[in-house]
Amino acid sequence: MLELRFHSRGGQGGVIAGKLLAVAVFKEDRYVQSFPTFGVERRAAPVMAFVRIDDKPIRIRTQIYNPDHIIILDQSLFNMLDVTQGLKKGGTILINTEKKPADFDFGPDYKVVTVDASAIAVKHGLGSVTQPIVNTSILGAVAKVLKIVKIESVVAAIEEDVPAKQEANAAAAREAYEVAQP
Amino acid sequence: MQKILTGNQSAAWGAMCARAQVVSAYPITPQTTIIEELADIVAKGLLDAQFIKVESEHSAMAGCIGAQAAGARTFTATSAQGLALMHEMLHWAALARLPVVMANVNRAMAPGWSIWTDQNDSLAQRDTGWLQYYCESNQEVLDTVIQGYKVAEIVNLPVMLVLDAFFLSHTYEAVDIPGQERTSEYLPPYKPSIYLDVDDPHAFGGIVPQDIYMEFRYKMQVAMNEALEAAEQADRDFKTMFGRGYGLIEPYRLEGADYVLATSGTVTSTARSVIDDLRDKGHSIGLLKMKLLRPFPVELVRGVLAGRKRVAVLDRDICVGMGGIWTQEIRNALYHLPEDQRPSVYGYIVGLGGRDVKPETIEKIALDVQKRPIEEGEQVWIGLKE
Repeated sequence: MLELRFHSRGGQGGVIAGKLLAVAVFKEDRYVQSFPTFGVERRAAPVMAFVRIDDKPIRIRTQIYNPDHIIILDQSLFNMLDVTQGLKKGGTILINTEKKPADFDFGPDYKVVTVDASAIAVKHGLGSVTQPIVNTSILGAVAKVLKIVKIESVVAAIEEDVPAKQEANAAAAREAYEVAQP
Repeated sequence: MQKILTGNQSAAWGAMCARAQVVSAYPITPQTTIIEELADIVAKGLLDAQFIKVESEHSAMAGCIGAQAAGARTFTATSAQGLALMHEMLHWAALARLPVVMANVNRAMAPGWSIWTDQNDSLAQRDTGWLQYYCESNQEVLDTVIQGYKVAEIVNLPVMLVLDAFFLSHTYEAVDIPGQERTSEYLPPYKPSIYLDVDDPHAFGGIVPQDIYMEFRYKMQVAMNEALEAAEQADRDFKTMFGRGYGLIEPYRLEGADYVLATSGTVTSTARSVIDDLRDKGHSIGLLKMKLLRPFPVELVRGVLAGRKRVAVLDRDICVGMGGIWTQEIRNALYHLPEDQRPSVYGYIVGLGGRDVKPETIEKIALDVQKRPIEEGEQVWIGLKE
Protein backbone atom coordinates (compact mmCIF):
# COMPACT_ATOMS: atom_id res chain seq x y z
CA MET A 1 0.00 0.00 0.00
CA LEU A 2 1.19 3.49 -0.87
CA GLU A 3 0.36 6.46 1.36
CA LEU A 4 0.63 10.13 0.34
CA ARG A 5 0.23 13.42 2.16
CA PHE A 6 -0.55 16.75 0.48
CA HIS A 7 0.24 20.03 2.26
CA SER A 8 -1.54 23.19 1.16
CA ARG A 9 -3.46 26.17 2.42
CA GLY A 10 -7.25 26.30 2.52
CA GLY A 11 -8.49 27.51 -0.87
CA GLN A 12 -5.55 26.23 -2.94
CA GLY A 13 -7.30 23.00 -3.80
CA GLY A 14 -5.18 20.50 -1.88
CA VAL A 15 -8.19 18.48 -0.74
CA ILE A 16 -9.57 18.42 -4.29
CA ALA A 17 -6.12 17.32 -5.50
CA GLY A 18 -6.46 14.30 -3.22
CA LYS A 19 -9.95 13.61 -4.51
CA LEU A 20 -8.93 13.97 -8.18
CA LEU A 21 -6.01 11.63 -7.62
CA ALA A 22 -8.46 9.13 -6.12
CA VAL A 23 -10.68 9.41 -9.21
CA ALA A 24 -7.64 8.96 -11.49
CA VAL A 25 -6.35 5.90 -9.60
CA PHE A 26 -9.85 4.39 -9.56
CA LYS A 27 -9.93 4.72 -13.35
CA GLU A 28 -6.98 2.32 -13.40
CA ASP A 29 -8.98 -0.27 -11.44
CA ARG A 30 -7.00 0.07 -8.26
CA TYR A 31 -8.31 0.69 -4.75
CA VAL A 32 -8.04 4.15 -3.28
CA GLN A 33 -9.04 6.14 -0.22
CA SER A 34 -8.68 9.91 0.11
CA PHE A 35 -9.48 12.24 2.99
CA PRO A 36 -8.67 15.71 4.28
CA THR A 37 -7.35 16.78 7.64
CA PHE A 38 -10.08 15.92 10.11
CA GLY A 39 -10.90 19.42 11.20
CA VAL A 40 -12.53 22.75 10.51
CA GLU A 41 -11.38 24.13 7.16
CA ARG A 42 -10.47 27.80 6.93
CA ARG A 43 -9.18 29.74 3.97
CA ALA A 44 -5.36 30.10 3.94
CA ALA A 45 -4.91 27.94 7.04
CA PRO A 46 -2.58 24.96 6.63
CA VAL A 47 -4.55 21.91 5.52
CA MET A 48 -3.53 18.41 4.62
CA ALA A 49 -5.02 15.78 2.38
CA PHE A 50 -4.17 12.10 2.40
CA VAL A 51 -4.38 9.33 -0.18
CA ARG A 52 -4.00 5.56 0.16
CA ILE A 53 -3.53 3.42 -2.96
CA ASP A 54 -3.44 -0.38 -3.13
CA ASP A 55 -4.06 -3.30 -5.46
CA LYS A 56 -6.43 -4.88 -2.94
CA PRO A 57 -9.34 -3.42 -0.92
CA ILE A 58 -8.16 -0.92 1.69
CA ARG A 59 -9.44 -1.89 5.10
CA ILE A 60 -7.38 0.35 7.36
CA ARG A 61 -9.45 3.37 8.44
CA THR A 62 -7.09 5.50 10.47
CA GLN A 63 -5.22 8.68 9.78
CA ILE A 64 -1.91 8.47 7.88
CA TYR A 65 1.17 8.97 10.07
CA ASN A 66 4.02 7.68 7.91
CA PRO A 67 3.45 8.64 4.27
CA ASP A 68 5.65 7.26 1.50
CA HIS A 69 5.77 10.64 -0.27
CA ILE A 70 4.66 14.19 0.42
CA ILE A 71 3.46 16.88 -1.96
CA ILE A 72 3.71 20.53 -0.97
CA LEU A 73 1.49 23.03 -2.78
CA ASP A 74 2.66 26.10 -0.85
CA GLN A 75 6.31 26.62 0.06
CA SER A 76 5.49 29.24 2.72
CA LEU A 77 4.38 26.29 4.86
CA PHE A 78 8.05 25.44 5.45
CA ASN A 79 8.22 28.39 7.85
CA MET A 80 5.53 27.02 10.14
CA LEU A 81 5.39 23.25 9.81
CA ASP A 82 7.69 20.27 9.97
CA VAL A 83 6.41 19.09 6.62
CA THR A 84 8.55 15.95 6.55
CA GLN A 85 7.15 14.68 9.86
CA GLY A 86 6.71 10.92 9.69
CA LEU A 87 7.87 10.70 6.06
CA LYS A 88 9.35 7.27 5.34
CA LYS A 89 13.02 7.01 4.42
CA GLY A 90 13.52 7.04 0.68
CA GLY A 91 10.41 9.15 0.23
CA THR A 92 10.05 11.89 -2.35
CA ILE A 93 9.18 15.48 -1.44
CA LEU A 94 7.48 17.14 -4.41
CA ILE A 95 7.39 20.93 -3.99
CA ASN A 96 5.54 23.62 -5.91
CA THR A 97 8.27 26.26 -6.20
CA GLU A 98 10.31 28.25 -8.67
CA LYS A 99 13.47 27.02 -6.90
CA LYS A 100 15.65 24.06 -7.78
CA PRO A 101 15.88 20.85 -5.70
CA ALA A 102 19.44 21.81 -4.70
CA ASP A 103 18.00 24.89 -2.95
CA PHE A 104 16.43 22.58 -0.33
CA ASP A 105 18.14 20.46 2.27
CA PHE A 106 16.07 17.72 3.87
CA GLY A 107 19.05 15.42 4.46
CA PRO A 108 20.10 12.25 2.67
CA ASP A 109 16.97 10.22 3.43
CA TYR A 110 14.70 12.02 0.99
CA LYS A 111 14.59 12.94 -2.67
CA VAL A 112 13.44 16.47 -3.53
CA VAL A 113 11.69 17.30 -6.80
CA THR A 114 10.45 20.77 -7.71
CA VAL A 115 7.96 22.08 -10.23
CA ASP A 116 6.70 25.62 -10.70
CA ALA A 117 3.05 24.65 -10.58
CA SER A 118 2.00 28.20 -9.65
CA ALA A 119 3.47 29.63 -12.87
CA ILE A 120 1.83 26.87 -14.90
CA ALA A 121 -1.53 27.49 -13.23
CA VAL A 122 -1.35 31.26 -13.83
CA LYS A 123 -0.34 30.71 -17.46
CA HIS A 124 -3.50 28.64 -17.96
CA GLY A 125 -5.70 31.18 -16.20
CA LEU A 126 -6.29 29.15 -13.07
CA GLY A 127 -6.65 31.51 -10.12
CA SER A 128 -4.59 34.69 -9.95
CA VAL A 129 -0.91 35.57 -9.59
CA THR A 130 -1.38 36.04 -5.86
CA GLN A 131 -3.72 33.08 -5.49
CA PRO A 132 -3.07 30.47 -8.17
CA ILE A 133 -5.14 27.27 -8.08
CA VAL A 134 -2.36 24.72 -8.41
CA ASN A 135 -4.01 21.40 -7.67
CA THR A 136 -4.35 20.21 -11.26
CA SER A 137 -0.83 21.31 -12.21
CA ILE A 138 0.67 19.53 -9.23
CA LEU A 139 -1.21 16.34 -10.15
CA GLY A 140 0.48 16.36 -13.56
CA ALA A 141 3.81 16.46 -11.72
CA VAL A 142 2.66 13.71 -9.35
CA ALA A 143 1.93 11.48 -12.34
CA LYS A 144 5.41 12.11 -13.75
CA VAL A 145 7.51 12.09 -10.60
CA LEU A 146 5.85 9.47 -8.41
CA LYS A 147 4.73 7.26 -11.32
CA ILE A 148 1.67 6.13 -9.39
CA VAL A 149 -0.90 7.05 -12.01
CA LYS A 150 -0.95 7.74 -15.75
CA ILE A 151 -1.28 11.33 -16.96
CA GLU A 152 -4.19 10.18 -19.15
CA SER A 153 -6.02 9.06 -16.01
CA VAL A 154 -5.35 12.42 -14.34
CA VAL A 155 -6.69 14.26 -17.38
CA ALA A 156 -9.75 12.01 -17.53
CA ALA A 157 -10.38 12.65 -13.81
CA ILE A 158 -10.13 16.41 -14.39
CA GLU A 159 -12.50 16.30 -17.34
CA GLU A 160 -14.99 14.27 -15.36
CA ASP A 161 -14.79 15.88 -11.96
CA VAL A 162 -13.61 19.50 -12.14
CA PRO A 163 -16.69 21.72 -12.30
CA ALA A 164 -15.17 24.56 -14.42
CA LYS A 165 -12.31 25.25 -16.87
CA GLN A 166 -11.75 21.57 -17.57
CA GLU A 167 -9.64 22.29 -20.66
CA ALA A 168 -7.36 24.76 -18.91
CA ASN A 169 -6.97 22.43 -15.93
CA ALA A 170 -6.19 19.48 -18.17
CA ALA A 171 -3.66 21.54 -20.14
CA ALA A 172 -1.99 22.67 -16.91
CA ALA A 173 -1.71 19.06 -15.74
CA ARG A 174 -0.19 18.04 -19.07
CA GLU A 175 2.30 20.88 -19.02
CA ALA A 176 3.42 20.10 -15.47
CA TYR A 177 3.78 16.48 -16.53
CA GLU A 178 6.03 17.55 -19.41
CA VAL A 179 8.29 19.90 -17.44
CA ALA A 180 8.62 18.01 -14.14
CA GLN A 181 11.99 16.26 -13.85
CA PRO A 182 11.94 13.19 -11.62
CA MET B 1 -22.40 3.48 -11.98
CA GLN B 2 -19.30 3.66 -9.80
CA LYS B 3 -18.11 6.97 -8.41
CA ILE B 4 -15.58 8.24 -5.91
CA LEU B 5 -17.77 9.51 -3.05
CA THR B 6 -17.44 10.49 0.58
CA GLY B 7 -19.54 8.69 3.18
CA ASN B 8 -21.75 11.76 3.38
CA GLN B 9 -22.27 11.85 -0.38
CA SER B 10 -23.03 8.12 -0.23
CA ALA B 11 -25.84 8.78 2.24
CA ALA B 12 -27.26 11.46 -0.06
CA TRP B 13 -27.04 9.22 -3.13
CA GLY B 14 -28.75 6.46 -1.15
CA ALA B 15 -31.70 8.79 -0.52
CA MET B 16 -31.64 9.73 -4.21
CA CYS B 17 -31.77 6.07 -5.32
CA ALA B 18 -34.56 5.39 -2.81
CA ARG B 19 -36.54 8.34 -4.25
CA ALA B 20 -37.08 10.21 -1.00
CA GLN B 21 -39.94 12.64 -1.62
CA VAL B 22 -39.33 15.10 1.19
CA VAL B 23 -35.98 16.14 2.65
CA SER B 24 -36.32 18.24 5.79
CA ALA B 25 -32.94 19.09 7.21
CA TYR B 26 -30.69 21.43 9.14
CA PRO B 27 -26.90 21.45 8.69
CA ILE B 28 -24.36 20.57 11.37
CA THR B 29 -20.70 19.60 11.08
CA PRO B 30 -19.79 16.86 10.11
CA GLN B 31 -23.17 16.06 8.54
CA THR B 32 -23.43 19.26 6.45
CA THR B 33 -22.20 17.81 3.17
CA ILE B 34 -25.03 15.22 3.19
CA ILE B 35 -27.49 18.08 3.04
CA GLU B 36 -25.42 20.07 0.53
CA GLU B 37 -25.16 17.07 -1.77
CA LEU B 38 -28.90 16.38 -1.51
CA ALA B 39 -29.72 20.04 -2.17
CA ASP B 40 -27.55 19.79 -5.27
CA ILE B 41 -29.17 16.52 -6.35
CA VAL B 42 -32.65 18.03 -5.95
CA ALA B 43 -31.64 21.30 -7.68
CA LYS B 44 -30.28 19.37 -10.66
CA GLY B 45 -33.58 17.54 -10.96
CA LEU B 46 -32.04 14.13 -10.25
CA LEU B 47 -34.46 13.65 -7.37
CA ASP B 48 -38.07 14.79 -7.42
CA ALA B 49 -38.31 15.92 -3.81
CA GLN B 50 -39.43 18.84 -1.69
CA PHE B 51 -36.41 20.26 0.11
CA ILE B 52 -37.52 21.92 3.34
CA LYS B 53 -35.04 24.25 5.00
CA VAL B 54 -35.83 24.52 8.69
CA GLU B 55 -34.46 26.46 11.64
CA SER B 56 -33.45 23.57 13.90
CA GLU B 57 -33.05 19.82 14.06
CA HIS B 58 -36.20 19.56 16.16
CA SER B 59 -38.06 21.13 13.24
CA ALA B 60 -36.17 18.98 10.74
CA MET B 61 -37.59 15.85 12.32
CA ALA B 62 -40.99 17.50 12.80
CA GLY B 63 -40.98 18.21 9.05
CA CYS B 64 -40.23 14.56 8.30
CA ILE B 65 -42.99 13.46 10.68
CA GLY B 66 -45.58 15.72 9.02
CA ALA B 67 -44.60 14.73 5.50
CA GLN B 68 -44.40 11.04 6.33
CA ALA B 69 -47.83 11.20 7.99
CA ALA B 70 -49.13 12.70 4.74
CA GLY B 71 -47.84 9.66 2.88
CA ALA B 72 -44.42 10.81 1.63
CA ARG B 73 -41.10 9.00 1.89
CA THR B 74 -38.82 11.27 3.91
CA PHE B 75 -35.11 11.64 4.64
CA THR B 76 -32.98 13.72 6.96
CA ALA B 77 -29.54 13.67 8.53
CA THR B 78 -27.87 15.07 11.60
CA SER B 79 -25.08 14.71 14.17
CA ALA B 80 -24.45 14.95 17.91
CA GLN B 81 -26.08 18.07 19.43
CA GLY B 82 -28.48 18.12 16.50
CA LEU B 83 -29.60 14.59 17.21
CA ALA B 84 -29.95 15.43 20.88
CA LEU B 85 -32.16 18.40 20.03
CA MET B 86 -34.35 16.05 17.98
CA HIS B 87 -34.86 13.71 20.92
CA GLU B 88 -38.54 14.53 21.53
CA MET B 89 -39.35 14.17 17.84
CA LEU B 90 -37.45 10.86 17.62
CA HIS B 91 -39.93 9.39 20.08
CA TRP B 92 -42.75 10.96 18.11
CA ALA B 93 -41.68 9.46 14.78
CA ALA B 94 -41.32 6.00 16.30
CA LEU B 95 -44.45 6.02 18.44
CA ALA B 96 -46.49 7.39 15.55
CA ARG B 97 -45.09 4.40 13.59
CA LEU B 98 -43.67 6.57 10.80
CA PRO B 99 -40.92 4.92 8.71
CA VAL B 100 -38.64 7.97 8.46
CA VAL B 101 -35.03 7.21 7.45
CA MET B 102 -32.22 9.33 8.85
CA ALA B 103 -28.44 9.29 8.62
CA ASN B 104 -26.58 10.22 11.79
CA VAL B 105 -22.91 11.08 11.48
CA ASN B 106 -21.44 9.98 14.80
CA ARG B 107 -19.89 12.98 16.56
CA ALA B 108 -18.86 13.24 20.18
CA MET B 109 -21.17 15.19 22.46
CA ALA B 110 -20.15 18.57 23.87
CA PRO B 111 -18.79 19.98 26.07
CA GLY B 112 -15.85 19.89 25.47
CA TRP B 113 -16.63 20.91 21.96
CA SER B 114 -15.74 18.22 19.48
CA ILE B 115 -16.59 17.60 15.85
CA TRP B 116 -14.91 14.20 15.85
CA THR B 117 -16.39 10.76 16.01
CA ASP B 118 -17.75 8.69 18.83
CA GLN B 119 -21.02 6.86 19.26
CA ASN B 120 -22.52 8.45 22.35
CA ASP B 121 -24.86 10.64 20.30
CA SER B 122 -26.68 7.78 18.56
CA LEU B 123 -26.40 5.27 21.41
CA ALA B 124 -28.11 7.79 23.70
CA GLN B 125 -31.15 7.48 21.38
CA ARG B 126 -31.24 3.70 21.77
CA ASP B 127 -34.57 3.67 23.61
CA THR B 128 -36.56 5.94 21.27
CA GLY B 129 -37.95 3.06 19.19
CA TRP B 130 -35.77 3.56 16.10
CA LEU B 131 -33.92 0.80 14.33
CA GLN B 132 -30.19 1.57 14.36
CA TYR B 133 -27.64 0.31 11.82
CA TYR B 134 -23.88 0.97 12.15
CA CYS B 135 -21.82 1.16 8.94
CA GLU B 136 -18.23 0.29 8.10
CA SER B 137 -17.73 1.65 4.55
CA ASN B 138 -19.21 4.24 2.20
CA GLN B 139 -20.80 1.49 0.12
CA GLU B 140 -22.44 0.12 3.23
CA VAL B 141 -23.80 3.60 4.00
CA LEU B 142 -25.48 3.90 0.61
CA ASP B 143 -26.79 0.33 0.66
CA THR B 144 -28.08 0.72 4.22
CA VAL B 145 -30.12 3.81 3.31
CA ILE B 146 -31.89 1.73 0.67
CA GLN B 147 -32.28 -1.33 2.89
CA GLY B 148 -33.40 0.97 5.69
CA TYR B 149 -36.42 2.17 3.72
CA LYS B 150 -37.30 -1.39 2.82
CA VAL B 151 -37.33 -2.52 6.43
CA ALA B 152 -38.84 0.67 7.87
CA GLU B 153 -41.82 0.57 5.51
CA ILE B 154 -42.50 -3.11 6.26
CA VAL B 155 -42.60 -2.71 10.04
CA ASN B 156 -43.65 0.97 10.23
CA LEU B 157 -40.76 2.04 12.40
CA PRO B 158 -38.10 4.66 11.66
CA VAL B 159 -34.51 3.75 10.79
CA MET B 160 -31.32 5.54 11.78
CA LEU B 161 -28.16 4.57 9.96
CA VAL B 162 -24.96 5.63 11.56
CA LEU B 163 -21.58 6.51 10.09
CA ASP B 164 -18.35 7.69 11.73
CA ALA B 165 -17.43 11.37 11.45
CA PHE B 166 -14.52 11.91 9.05
CA PHE B 167 -13.37 8.27 8.91
CA LEU B 168 -16.41 7.80 6.63
CA SER B 169 -18.19 11.13 6.36
CA HIS B 170 -15.27 12.97 4.69
CA THR B 171 -13.36 10.03 3.22
CA TYR B 172 -13.54 9.39 -0.52
CA GLU B 173 -13.64 5.86 -1.88
CA ALA B 174 -15.28 4.02 -4.76
CA VAL B 175 -19.01 3.45 -4.37
CA ASP B 176 -21.47 1.71 -6.67
CA ILE B 177 -24.66 3.74 -7.15
CA PRO B 178 -27.43 1.41 -8.29
CA GLY B 179 -29.63 4.26 -9.58
CA GLN B 180 -33.35 4.86 -9.15
CA GLU B 181 -34.54 2.40 -11.75
CA ARG B 182 -32.78 -0.66 -10.35
CA THR B 183 -33.46 0.44 -6.78
CA SER B 184 -37.18 0.73 -7.48
CA GLU B 185 -37.26 -2.97 -8.41
CA TYR B 186 -36.06 -3.63 -4.87
CA LEU B 187 -37.90 -0.81 -3.14
CA PRO B 188 -41.40 -0.13 -4.46
CA PRO B 189 -43.06 3.29 -3.94
CA TYR B 190 -44.15 4.10 -0.38
CA LYS B 191 -47.85 3.38 -0.01
CA PRO B 192 -48.97 3.58 3.62
CA SER B 193 -52.31 1.97 4.43
CA ILE B 194 -53.34 4.98 6.55
CA TYR B 195 -52.19 8.56 6.01
CA LEU B 196 -53.49 12.12 6.28
CA ASP B 197 -56.11 12.12 3.58
CA VAL B 198 -59.08 14.53 3.41
CA ASP B 199 -61.04 11.99 1.39
CA ASP B 200 -60.52 9.24 3.95
CA PRO B 201 -60.23 10.97 7.32
CA HIS B 202 -58.66 9.32 10.36
CA ALA B 203 -57.71 10.74 13.74
CA PHE B 204 -53.98 11.01 14.45
CA GLY B 205 -52.14 11.70 17.67
CA GLY B 206 -55.15 11.65 19.99
CA ILE B 207 -55.05 11.01 23.70
CA VAL B 208 -54.60 7.35 24.60
CA PRO B 209 -56.09 6.46 27.97
CA GLN B 210 -54.60 4.11 30.51
CA ASP B 211 -56.55 1.10 29.33
CA ILE B 212 -55.00 0.95 25.83
CA TYR B 213 -51.60 2.71 25.99
CA MET B 214 -49.81 -0.51 26.89
CA GLU B 215 -51.20 -2.22 23.81
CA PHE B 216 -49.71 0.51 21.58
CA ARG B 217 -46.30 -0.18 23.11
CA TYR B 218 -46.74 -3.93 22.83
CA LYS B 219 -47.47 -3.55 19.14
CA MET B 220 -44.21 -1.64 18.75
CA GLN B 221 -42.36 -4.46 20.47
CA VAL B 222 -43.98 -6.97 18.13
CA ALA B 223 -43.00 -4.79 15.17
CA MET B 224 -39.40 -4.65 16.42
CA ASN B 225 -39.36 -8.44 16.70
CA GLU B 226 -40.64 -8.62 13.13
CA ALA B 227 -37.99 -6.11 12.10
CA LEU B 228 -35.27 -8.71 12.77
CA GLU B 229 -36.70 -11.07 10.17
CA ALA B 230 -37.56 -8.17 7.84
CA ALA B 231 -33.99 -6.85 8.07
CA GLU B 232 -32.50 -10.26 7.35
CA GLN B 233 -34.84 -10.73 4.40
CA ALA B 234 -34.14 -7.22 3.09
CA ASP B 235 -30.41 -7.92 3.24
CA ARG B 236 -30.78 -11.29 1.48
CA ASP B 237 -32.92 -9.74 -1.26
CA PHE B 238 -30.46 -6.88 -1.61
CA LYS B 239 -27.62 -9.34 -2.07
CA THR B 240 -29.56 -11.25 -4.69
CA MET B 241 -30.24 -8.07 -6.64
CA PHE B 242 -27.07 -6.04 -6.12
CA GLY B 243 -24.49 -8.63 -5.07
CA ARG B 244 -23.78 -7.05 -1.70
CA GLY B 245 -25.00 -8.18 1.72
CA TYR B 246 -23.95 -7.40 5.25
CA GLY B 247 -25.98 -9.48 7.69
CA LEU B 248 -27.26 -8.09 10.97
CA ILE B 249 -23.98 -9.14 12.52
CA GLU B 250 -20.96 -10.55 10.68
CA PRO B 251 -18.64 -13.21 12.10
CA TYR B 252 -15.15 -12.75 10.63
CA ARG B 253 -12.53 -15.48 10.98
CA LEU B 254 -14.31 -16.91 14.01
CA GLU B 255 -13.86 -20.58 13.11
CA GLY B 256 -12.69 -22.32 16.29
CA ALA B 257 -11.69 -19.03 17.94
CA ASP B 258 -11.53 -18.98 21.75
CA TYR B 259 -11.32 -15.18 21.86
CA VAL B 260 -13.49 -12.66 20.03
CA LEU B 261 -13.24 -8.92 19.38
CA ALA B 262 -16.66 -7.28 18.98
CA THR B 263 -16.60 -4.00 17.05
CA SER B 264 -18.87 -1.55 15.26
CA GLY B 265 -18.36 1.27 12.75
CA THR B 266 -15.02 1.84 11.02
CA VAL B 267 -13.06 0.16 13.83
CA THR B 268 -14.36 -3.10 12.33
CA SER B 269 -12.64 -2.42 9.04
CA THR B 270 -9.24 -1.77 10.63
CA ALA B 271 -9.71 -4.72 13.00
CA ARG B 272 -10.10 -7.14 10.08
CA SER B 273 -6.45 -6.75 9.10
CA VAL B 274 -5.34 -7.02 12.75
CA ILE B 275 -7.26 -10.29 13.10
CA ASP B 276 -5.71 -11.63 9.89
CA ASP B 277 -2.22 -10.91 11.27
CA LEU B 278 -2.97 -12.49 14.65
CA ARG B 279 -4.50 -15.58 13.05
CA ASP B 280 -1.38 -15.95 10.92
CA LYS B 281 0.68 -15.82 14.12
CA GLY B 282 -1.41 -18.64 15.61
CA HIS B 283 -3.70 -16.72 17.95
CA SER B 284 -7.13 -18.27 18.50
CA ILE B 285 -9.03 -15.02 17.92
CA GLY B 286 -11.72 -13.77 15.55
CA LEU B 287 -13.96 -10.77 15.00
CA LEU B 288 -17.66 -10.10 15.40
CA LYS B 289 -18.97 -7.06 13.54
CA MET B 290 -22.03 -5.53 15.19
CA LYS B 291 -24.25 -3.83 12.60
CA LEU B 292 -27.73 -3.74 14.06
CA LEU B 293 -28.20 -2.25 17.55
CA ARG B 294 -32.01 -2.13 17.51
CA PRO B 295 -33.63 -4.51 17.32
CA PHE B 296 -30.73 -6.28 19.02
CA PRO B 297 -30.05 -9.62 17.29
CA VAL B 298 -29.95 -11.54 20.58
CA GLU B 299 -30.21 -15.05 19.14
CA LEU B 300 -27.62 -14.43 16.45
CA VAL B 301 -25.11 -12.97 18.90
CA ARG B 302 -25.74 -15.79 21.37
CA GLY B 303 -25.30 -18.41 18.65
CA VAL B 304 -22.00 -16.96 17.45
CA LEU B 305 -20.50 -16.40 20.91
CA ALA B 306 -21.66 -19.58 22.70
CA GLY B 307 -18.70 -21.71 23.74
CA ARG B 308 -16.05 -18.97 23.31
CA LYS B 309 -13.76 -18.20 26.23
CA ARG B 310 -13.70 -14.42 26.24
CA VAL B 311 -15.18 -11.53 24.28
CA ALA B 312 -13.49 -8.11 24.13
CA VAL B 313 -16.06 -5.47 23.24
CA LEU B 314 -14.59 -2.26 21.78
CA ASP B 315 -16.82 0.63 22.78
CA ARG B 316 -16.32 4.02 21.15
CA ASP B 317 -18.76 5.33 23.73
CA ILE B 318 -19.16 5.47 27.47
CA CYS B 319 -22.30 5.18 29.55
CA VAL B 320 -20.82 7.04 32.49
CA GLY B 321 -21.64 5.13 35.65
CA MET B 322 -21.92 1.75 33.96
CA GLY B 323 -19.43 1.26 31.12
CA GLY B 324 -19.43 0.62 27.40
CA ILE B 325 -22.90 0.40 25.89
CA TRP B 326 -22.16 -2.38 23.39
CA THR B 327 -20.52 -4.29 26.27
CA GLN B 328 -23.76 -4.13 28.25
CA GLU B 329 -25.85 -5.15 25.24
CA ILE B 330 -23.69 -8.14 24.37
CA ARG B 331 -23.30 -9.33 27.95
CA ASN B 332 -27.06 -9.09 28.42
CA ALA B 333 -27.64 -11.24 25.33
CA LEU B 334 -25.37 -13.97 26.72
CA TYR B 335 -26.86 -14.15 30.21
CA HIS B 336 -29.11 -17.12 29.55
CA LEU B 337 -26.45 -19.31 27.99
CA PRO B 338 -25.54 -22.32 30.17
CA GLU B 339 -22.56 -21.43 32.34
CA ASP B 340 -20.11 -23.71 30.52
CA GLN B 341 -21.08 -22.08 27.21
CA ARG B 342 -21.01 -18.48 28.39
CA PRO B 343 -17.91 -16.41 27.59
CA SER B 344 -16.60 -13.69 29.89
CA VAL B 345 -17.30 -10.25 28.45
CA TYR B 346 -14.60 -7.57 28.75
CA GLY B 347 -15.34 -3.91 28.10
CA TYR B 348 -12.71 -1.77 26.39
CA ILE B 349 -13.25 1.98 25.99
CA VAL B 350 -11.46 3.34 22.89
CA GLY B 351 -11.37 6.27 20.50
CA LEU B 352 -13.67 8.73 22.29
CA GLY B 353 -13.87 12.19 20.74
CA GLY B 354 -12.33 10.94 17.50
CA ARG B 355 -9.06 9.65 18.96
CA ASP B 356 -7.65 7.36 16.31
CA VAL B 357 -8.12 3.63 16.87
CA LYS B 358 -4.97 2.33 15.21
CA PRO B 359 -4.11 -1.27 14.37
CA GLU B 360 -1.67 -1.19 17.33
CA THR B 361 -4.55 -0.19 19.63
CA ILE B 362 -6.69 -3.09 18.45
CA GLU B 363 -3.82 -5.57 18.67
CA LYS B 364 -3.11 -4.45 22.22
CA ILE B 365 -6.71 -5.23 23.19
CA ALA B 366 -6.62 -8.57 21.38
CA LEU B 367 -3.58 -9.61 23.42
CA ASP B 368 -4.82 -8.05 26.66
CA VAL B 369 -8.12 -9.93 26.71
CA GLN B 370 -6.29 -13.26 26.55
CA LYS B 371 -4.55 -12.71 29.89
CA ARG B 372 -6.43 -10.11 31.93
CA PRO B 373 -8.27 -11.47 35.04
CA ILE B 374 -12.03 -11.03 34.64
CA GLU B 375 -12.35 -8.96 37.81
CA GLU B 376 -10.24 -6.29 36.05
CA GLY B 377 -12.13 -6.51 32.77
CA GLU B 378 -15.27 -4.54 33.49
CA GLN B 379 -14.10 -1.24 32.05
CA VAL B 380 -10.63 -1.00 30.54
CA TRP B 381 -9.70 2.42 29.17
CA ILE B 382 -7.19 2.11 26.37
CA GLY B 383 -4.51 4.72 25.70
CA LEU B 384 -5.46 7.11 28.52
CA LYS B 385 -2.94 9.87 29.14
CA GLU B 386 -1.41 9.90 32.61
